[in-house]
Amino acid sequence: MNPLELQQYLDFAYIVAVVLFILSLKFLSSPTTSRLGVLAGEIGAALAVVVTLCNPEVTEYRWVLITLIIGAGVGIPLGLVHMTAVPQRTALSHAFGALSAAIIGIAEYYVGTAPVTRFQMGEIALEVIIGSLTFTGSLIAAGKLQEILPQRPIVYRGQNIVSLSVLAGALGLAVALVVNPANTMLFPIMVVVALIFGVLLVTPIGGADMPTVISLLNSYAGFSAALLGFVLNSKVLVVSGALDGSSGFILSVIMCKAMNRSFTNVMFGAFGQVQASAAGAKEERVVRSATPEDAAAILEAANRVVIVPGYGMAVAQAQHKVRELYDILTKKGIDVRFAIHPVAGRMPGHMNVLLAEADIPYEKLIEMDEINGDFPQTDVALIIGANDVTNPAARTDKSSPIFGMPILDVDKAHTVMVIKRSMNPGFAGIDNPLYYLDNTLMLFGDAKQFVTSIVKELSGGH
Amino acid sequence: MPADFISNLYVFILAGFVGFELIKRVSPLLHTPLMSLTNALDAIVVVAAIIITGRHETTLTTTLGAIAVAASFSNMVGGFLITDRMLRKFKSGRSKQQ
Repeated sequence: MNPLELQQYLDFAYIVAVVLFILSLKFLSSPTTSRLGVLAGEIGAALAVVVTLCNPEVTEYRWVLITLIIGAGVGIPLGLVHMTAVPQRTALSHAFGALSAAIIGIAEYYVGTAPVTRFQMGEIALEVIIGSLTFTGSLIAAGKLQEILPQRPIVYRGQNIVSLSVLAGALGLAVALVVNPANTMLFPIMVVVALIFGVLLVTPIGGADMPTVISLLNSYAGFSAALLGFVLNSKVLVVSGALDGSSGFILSVIMCKAMNRSFTNVMFGAFGQVQASAAGAKEERVVRSATPEDAAAILEAANRVVIVPGYGMAVAQAQHKVRELYDILTKKGIDVRFAIHPVAGRMPGHMNVLLAEADIPYEKLIEMDEINGDFPQTDVALIIGANDVTNPAARTDKSSPIFGMPILDVDKAHTVMVIKRSMNPGFAGIDNPLYYLDNTLMLFGDAKQFVTSIVKELSGGH
Repeated sequence: MPADFISNLYVFILAGFVGFELIKRVSPLLHTPLMSLTNALDAIVVVAAIIITGRHETTLTTTLGAIAVAASFSNMVGGFLITDRMLRKFKSGRSKQQ
């Protein structure tokens, strides 16, 4: 077989891989076929890797095989993390993906088999800038999610001007390189400036915005891979990069809508700072609280219960206890469903994974838009570790920082019960008028302990 | 503008539309597995990394390529693994009773 003919066979195998990738995403549309999607993706990826190893350009196998083994050695433990750690694992994998895309672009610049044209230089520079900033940005995001770095936004005066100047600096260096691709001195400086910009981009963003940021970084990582496909003239990279990039982009739009905020507001707004104005001028308002016994009695008397889980539930590791509560109530013939706000977890869809892990059937996990109309017919809305996503001020109070954000209309339920440690405002520092409503009962305590007490009460009662 | 660029742009735009239509149909229930799956698919950059490393041109490019192989292959292996682990947890109430 002559090399050209072989190349055509290799390209054909890549086409098969791309088709499998597209099928993989198609199977993901429903939970019943989703695991087939993983299988299709795996076959496509394995095919592409094996075929690449047969490429005649690959002459030296030692380092390839060693690094494949290292990659598997790092990847397997990262694939076995606990479900609560999935957001930081995902941020870390965005970092790895962006790192490899950036670094291949850098290697391509230094290969020097043919002189780099201005056009190629532009492609490489853009690809390397996006890859580099995504790499450091994702590392910062992973650090925040792992709580190694402070979750509160870190801000200083003139921050946006500094950050944008650094980005302008990186782009300026890229332009200078396009004008004169032979100026090799500028290239490493451009990479360093782009790496710094990634740090500056994510550091000021607070923990509450992580679902949006992680989706945006997903999109950047995808588009940097697609751009790498342009640089290397590799269609398989262009397609998978475009799929990943558009997926991240759609998720970012969904997350922004779920918080009623724009991209620029997320990136430059430093959400989550303590509201200075909220503290003053507050009359004493009455809060009614209840014991686990009261709560159990109210739940037992209900016909329809909606549980609203928030990240606080996952932090308290209460999801398995919540499942016990679900089982007991369901056995008593009570209809129990879960209302999932799009930003309930720390990344898109995270809350569903946490509840699925606790063996709650997925038909019971209902999206916000679907369940909101049912709250007026709901006897009890039980809120566990969620706060801002239930705040009715988002509908009514124009001065509230979250005004306009779509929320779960729990206040329309006949009785609202909120499990909460204390009356301290939530992550965003915003007061929640829900707690002072006449139909609201506050259940003060640790989520896990409180749910355990309710379960005990319900099972012991009969 | 090189001819390759135009054909790549075609592919990029079409793939972007396909991606948009496919992702729109993914239930929000599965958005976390979606992100880890697209991450694993995106790790296909490993093929470019293998070629750069295997060409063995200079120490610099081989080293850079080797780092890229390790980083992207770990994404590929870890991404598929965690996606499958997550999807296994999504059980229907009906299948539970059977």
